[in-house]
Amino acid sequence: MTNALIKAPKTAKRGETIEIKALIQHPMETGFRPGTNGRMIPRNIIEHFSAAWNGEEIFRMTFSPAIAANPFVSFFTVVRDSGTVVLRWTGDQDFRVEESIAIAVT
Amino acid sequence: MAGRRAFLAGAAMVTLLPFEAAQATPEALAEAIREVAGGAAVREGKVKLDVPPLIENGNTVPLTVSVDHPMTEEDFVKAIHVFNEKNPQPHVFSAALAPRNGRATIGTRIKLADTQKVVAVAETSKGEFWSASAVVIVTIAACIEDVN
Repeated sequence: MTNALIKAPKTAKRGETIEIKALIQHPMETGFRPGTNGRMIPRNIIEHFSAAWNGEEIFRMTFSPAIAANPFVSFFTVVRDSGTVVLRWTGDQDFRVEESIAIAVT
Repeated sequence: MAGRRAFLAGAAMVTLLPFEAAQATPEALAEAIREVAGGAAVREGKVKLDVPPLIENGNTVPLTVSVDHPMTEEDFVKAIHVFNEKNPQPHVFSAALAPRNGRATIGTRIKLADTQKVVAVAETSKGEFWSASAVVIVTIAACIEDVN
């Protein structure tokens, strides 16, 4: 149903700063556009995006309708321990997607 | 003759004035920034807003904000906000950062409804505000096309 793509290095050195890129399939309907019947299409956006490394939050972002469809986000983080990064998107119409990736410290 | 010239000069003034006023920060944008800064002074500098000067499709505009500031426990970039001038809403996104991020850089893609100014504001843990702005020329605007 919903496709999310995450790009991050599989292995990293302790103390290294790595980039995590995330892309998710979503229309990001602004609520400012009229549909074929002339009425406004109701807003349907992702409002919140967050990332947690082994349960500790490392990044948080709030979107407005001005974020493009299929939201893409890239951010940096410092590697401390091997573990799982859980990315979570939540939004209108009970939208909720979680994806996780494993990063190993070498 | 003189009357026509005076009229032309007057017309030029009328067309120039609102244009200049629109180039300055429109109220909604200024208000949104004021809300984030909470009265603190927002200075230009430190922030680098990387966005193409001319974009064909306003539906996806790649944008990167990076802040030239340390990311240590004592002093770090706490938040990055992006605003625009002419979309229906001035707010684009807000991101919360911590020393754990190592580098205050965020990339995303945004929608722009028209040729306009985009402003990025960074908030440091010491309560300083830094900003950068860029003008993006949009040939095909977002949001205006009908859904068929």
